[in-house]
Amino acid sequence: MSREIRARLRIERCDFKLEVDLTLPGRGVTGLFGHSGSGKTTCLRAIAGLERAADGYFTVGDDVWQDEAKGLFVPPHQRALGMVFQEASLFPHLSVRGNMQFGEQRTPGSKRHFALSEVAELLGIEHLLDRSPGQLSGGERQRVAIARALLAAPQILLLDEPLAALDLKRKLEILPYLERLHRELSLPIIYVSHSPDEVARLADHLVLLEQGRVVASGPLKQVLSRIDLPATFADDAGVVIETRLAAQEADDLSRLEFSGGQILVTRRDEPLGTLLRCRIHARDVSLALVPQVQSSILNSVEATVVDLASTDTPGHVLVRLDVAGEPLLARITRRSAARLQIRPGLALKAQIKAVALLA
Amino acid sequence: MDSAAADFAAVWLTLKLATVVTILLLIIGTPIAWWLARTGSALKSVVGAVVALPLVLPPTVIGFYLLIAMGPQGPVGQLTQWLGIGLLPFTFPGLVIASVFYSLPFVVQPIQNAFEAIGERPLEVAATLRAGPWDAFWSVAVPLARPGFITGAILGFAHTVGEFGIVLMIGGNIPGKTRVVSVQIYDHVEAMEYAQAHWLAGGMVLFSFLVLLALYIFNPARRKGE
Repeated sequence: MSREIRARLRIERCDFKLEVDLTLPGRGVTGLFGHSGSGKTTCLRAIAGLERAADGYFTVGDDVWQDEAKGLFVPPHQRALGMVFQEASLFPHLSVRGNMQFGEQRTPGSKRHFALSEVAELLGIEHLLDRSPGQLSGGERQRVAIARALLAAPQILLLDEPLAALDLKRKLEILPYLERLHRELSLPIIYVSHSPDEVARLADHLVLLEQGRVVASGPLKQVLSRIDLPATFADDAGVVIETRLAAQEADDLSRLEFSGGQILVTRRDEPLGTLLRCRIHARDVSLALVPQVQSSILNSVEATVVDLASTDTPGHVLVRLDVAGEPLLARITRRSAARLQIRPGLALKAQIKAVALLA
Repeated sequence: MDSAAADFAAVWLTLKLATVVTILLLIIGTPIAWWLARTGSALKSVVGAVVALPLVLPPTVIGFYLLIAMGPQGPVGQLTQWLGIGLLPFTFPGLVIASVFYSLPFVVQPIQNAFEAIGERPLEVAATLRAGPWDAFWSVAVPLARPGFITGAILGFAHTVGEFGIVLMIGGNIPGKTRVVSVQIYDHVEAMEYAQAHWLAGGMVLFSFLVLLALYIFNPARRKGE
């Protein structure tokens, strides 16, 4: 079953213009990333039909929701979609259960794909069903909002910065549930965020928006390792690698394997074999022509320079490396690049100062 | 009819009038309030001002124009005659129509404020949960605006009970038909029947106090946190 998503949307307002033409995968999480004012929320609202793009074409699989060329516009309440807003917006006059049933009751029985109890279990809210929304924490409210959206049997789930209004502790409380949705449901999710960390952690496919335009769209790893887009991520440029927890070392370190080699991180308690997504910032990678034995940096991998590009942080260049097929970015000073004569094809050691584990 | 029976008839008529008017006002006022709360139309200010007119006009002015409109030569009068209903002034239905005009802002404004306070978001959420506009109005907007409906109903009822000038202009003073409590008190005072006037007037004071008390109990600022 192909549920590929096609979106061609154009919205013009006095001071803002959104023009996107996207083909998105029919499963997994698509991150819609951009700074505030980039149009990402407007784009999501146009997908939901809450705003009508003057010139729009939108399909999920075989369902056409908008085709202005034919004058077709399906209003939001007739679209099989789930949407979660930045604030949970639970209905205060209904209990948690009542909120969850709101969409479920309006979905024909033959189309429902989850039972309320399953969804409550999936999001860990079974014990909250009889409470009123006012008695929930911010994180719990957001989980109920996600459950409520799922029970309306969506073909696509739209999340508009669902974590932005939460403090770090609440974010960490919700993220595992979002990962669980990702793993256990085959539902395509579009996730709007301005946080590079959230996107790197959750997305499989990444769309970068700037001033209403798509500057990049593709698989997460591919987009993150592009060096022609430094302005978007600025100081946060970096790649994501998928690793497997391979061994526990005696001195409280864990060994992670990935296709390009292995890296050591401080001890992780997951069972061996667990897949862990890591983020390596370009600013945490330094380059050396010869192995550095007398160094405190543990992680060093063999790499080949692919190309270089200037960044918008003055005095730096971004170097794109190939580590046995796995891309890696390094940000070094222009002076170092000249001194080491960094050029495409050069083989060297990439030293990784820090690894951020995303799961 | 003895005096106590006349007083009772006046009280009964007043309650009947206020109940009918309140029900009609909720039916008429709700769509007006919804439109005023959500429209971007340039007419919003004009309609809002017209609805608010009874707040500033003397009741005699409204009564005067309604009397002319509903009279034999007025457009409403011509219509009612043509329909075979006859003329409305000095009848209970005429009194109801006049009271609806007079009390409209007291019902529309609280409901409008309540609809405005809900904002766009809950209705958008309802739409993404497969609720059409009509469904969302009843299942989300009306329950969330409940405090506004309660305030509007109480104010509309109480204001109708308390009206005098417009009743006198449109209804006259026909016992059992258009003679409400406020007019009855006036009659008692005219006739120097202060004891009877005290009963009714005191009752009105108590009634008004209870109404306002109910309002303050139902609608304190506590809903802000939600």
